[in-house]
Amino acid sequence: MNKNMGNELLIKNGHVIDPANRVNKKCDILISDEKFVEVGRISSLVARRPSLERGTSHGSRVTVIDATGKLVVPGLIDMHVHFREPGDEEEETIASGSAAAVAGGFTSVVCMPNTTPPIEDETDVEYVHRKARKARKTHVYTMGAITKGREGVELAEMGFMSQAGAVGFTDDGRGVQDPAVMLRALKYAQMFNVVIAQHCQDNRIAGSGVMNAGYYSTILGLPGQDGLAEEAMLWRDIQLVKKIKPGTVRYHAQHISTAGSVEIIRAAKKQGLPVTCEATPHHLLLTEKCCAEYDTNYMVNPPLRPEKDIEALKEALADGLIDALVTDHAPHLASEKELEFLAAPFGIAGLECALGLYVKALIEPGIIDWPGLIRLMTERPAKIIGVDKGAMTKGKQADVTIIDPDAEYKIDVNKFRSKSKNCPYHGWKVKGKVVTTIVGGEIRFSAETG
Amino acid sequence: MSNKQKIENDIGHPFIEWKRKHLLGLRELSAEEITYILDTASGFEQLSARAVKKAPTLRGKLVVNLFFEDSTRTRNSFALAASRLSADVVEFTKKDSSVSKGETLLDTARNLEAMGIDIVVIRHNAGGAPTLLSKYINACVVNAGDGYCEHPTQGLLDVYTIRKLRGTLKGLKIAIVGDITHSRVARSDLWAMTKLGAEVTFVGPPTLLPPKIEQLPVKISYSLDDVIEKVDVINMLRIQFERLGGNPFPSVREYSHYFGLTVERMKRAKPDILVMHPGPINRGLEIESEVADGKNSVILQQVTNGVAVRMAVLFLVNQAAAQQAGQTL
Repeated sequence: MNKNMGNELLIKNGHVIDPANRVNKKCDILISDEKFVEVGRISSLVARRPSLERGTSHGSRVTVIDATGKLVVPGLIDMHVHFREPGDEEEETIASGSAAAVAGGFTSVVCMPNTTPPIEDETDVEYVHRKARKARKTHVYTMGAITKGREGVELAEMGFMSQAGAVGFTDDGRGVQDPAVMLRALKYAQMFNVVIAQHCQDNRIAGSGVMNAGYYSTILGLPGQDGLAEEAMLWRDIQLVKKIKPGTVRYHAQHISTAGSVEIIRAAKKQGLPVTCEATPHHLLLTEKCCAEYDTNYMVNPPLRPEKDIEALKEALADGLIDALVTDHAPHLASEKELEFLAAPFGIAGLECALGLYVKALIEPGIIDWPGLIRLMTERPAKIIGVDKGAMTKGKQADVTIIDPDAEYKIDVNKFRSKSKNCPYHGWKVKGKVVTTIVGGEIRFSAETG
Repeated sequence: MSNKQKIENDIGHPFIEWKRKHLLGLRELSAEEITYILDTASGFEQLSARAVKKAPTLRGKLVVNLFFEDSTRTRNSFALAASRLSADVVEFTKKDSSVSKGETLLDTARNLEAMGIDIVVIRHNAGGAPTLLSKYINACVVNAGDGYCEHPTQGLLDVYTIRKLRGTLKGLKIAIVGDITHSRVARSDLWAMTKLGAEVTFVGPPTLLPPKIEQLPVKISYSLDDVIEKVDVINMLRIQFERLGGNPFPSVREYSHYFGLTVERMKRAKPDILVMHPGPINRGLEIESEVADGKNSVILQQVTNGVAVRMAVLFLVNQAAAQQAGQTL
């Protein structure tokens, strides 16, 4: 029996935002035996069970959390993280990544399969789940590789991985270059009603580019990667998706970064194709200009783009074109990042500060409101990966994030639980602090106790 | 004679305070700073003409030539410049700078620093490598070419050569011809030449022009024939086969046809045009031998001037470092 069984948790006086259930009001939440029992006014709850106020009920212990002035939302979901296990445990492990996730308010994450070796069969998927159970912090899902060894040649065992609980497939870090292989993957996946996610990057166009191809790559003397590398593959994939029977397989474009990609997605959605996409904080907050001092913490793939692309992404968010906000949390050691631009690895570690960054990028300038933001971090990603999460529905497993929307704090990488500190936001002041993270009815993170 | 006077005697002009202990690129320098380096170099050129070609300015200082790419002329030019200033020179050549095959750049530099070096002259295949070093080590860093970002001493010696022969760069029209995308010389030249008042045109096939080039202070032409008659100076870049990648032009034959500086083309050029080339020359490819060795060619003067310019740079960065360390001259 779960040690949590029999325990009850009452979150009172908070402002509850639960987009899936169209809740956006001040109310209270009762959690019992890991599940949501009631989302409503405390008066009615207490009237029926007066013992709640006293902290006991039916002989069990009731923990009361006063959420006055706080936002109480379904546990946040980040459908794009890299936990580096197996293979690069010095950068991150499933345990350290999970600890970082709950500190960032995430009760569910989806690991990308580009580990060493990649997650490409049933046992690999089970390995991730086993490590996650042991870590006991956040729910950890994983995607499996589309192709064996992420080499883009032969299909990996999507069926077995799917049965083992993989929530989608991607060769992330790399796009599937061969259109015939990608078409085969989409066709084959029709059997399993899963999502095929793509890191859109045509390597022949991207070349050896380490930053956006543009004014800054020219004056910095670095090989550039044109946005066309992303757009060409995305456009190609959309044509492939048209060959697929409706209602079978879904296509998801990962970390889109250009105005051109936004237009391709807009057109695809207009045609009613089963296409979704995601965006990251760095593509909303940082431009190619950040690379001007050769700080490799700004080296990320897809690369940071010019201002006009940021504007297009924000407009897409305002229009509801972007389906999920993710971190693409990509931890790397300082020693790996203290290198020349041609030698350093791509990636930004961002799980622990993502929420504040989204507030800065999207809420403060009025692009979306809190319910809009929460929807993109809960209900929508849950739907894309097909998990029963992201809502505070009676009887469902109780994952909750409590946020202080007004608390301002300074991002300090030295306080990260992540093993890696490759984060260019160090020292930034942001608003919107995760106060408590509840996973399966259990408090797994509290800002007070750390 | 005071120390200051001795230095003024060596450099041949009044002594001002130089604040930069690194020379990473010319983009960040002002016209005044560039002019000051050129003036300083001019003094050192006169020194080289003396019977005793040495100044004691860097005596006891250790200069490391940290070269991760092939180089003969730049490396030797720096070595010569350092020895004329009485510095000790250590050669450190490491052709393969790939991190996967050994020590990182920073570790290499930190090791050298532990041996007490004062100035690192670095050439590296990655743009920004000298900037990276300058952030992590205390020694002065002089960029001897980083990827296709900058080659500041080449840029300086190019403008030095032009200034010496023409008095000024103001109003001059200069063409730089060839593979602009992969050329650090083109970039350093552009910054130095435009800051000193010249008008620069990059000439090459569109496949060898970098992105957003129109945002730089430069004119663009795909036709050497359109440009050849108008320019006062032409700088022919070497086709760097090792950097090209892909197939930016169909054949060497066709490239030479459109962009080679031939005797035929020279007939249409201004009679006093200066023909430059950063070397090494691919004879018959970007430039015909008769032109490279002809009366308009200043290619060997560039090499000669390179030593004086590098003496000036070593001298000035050392001066800035001494200043920052609180030492007086």
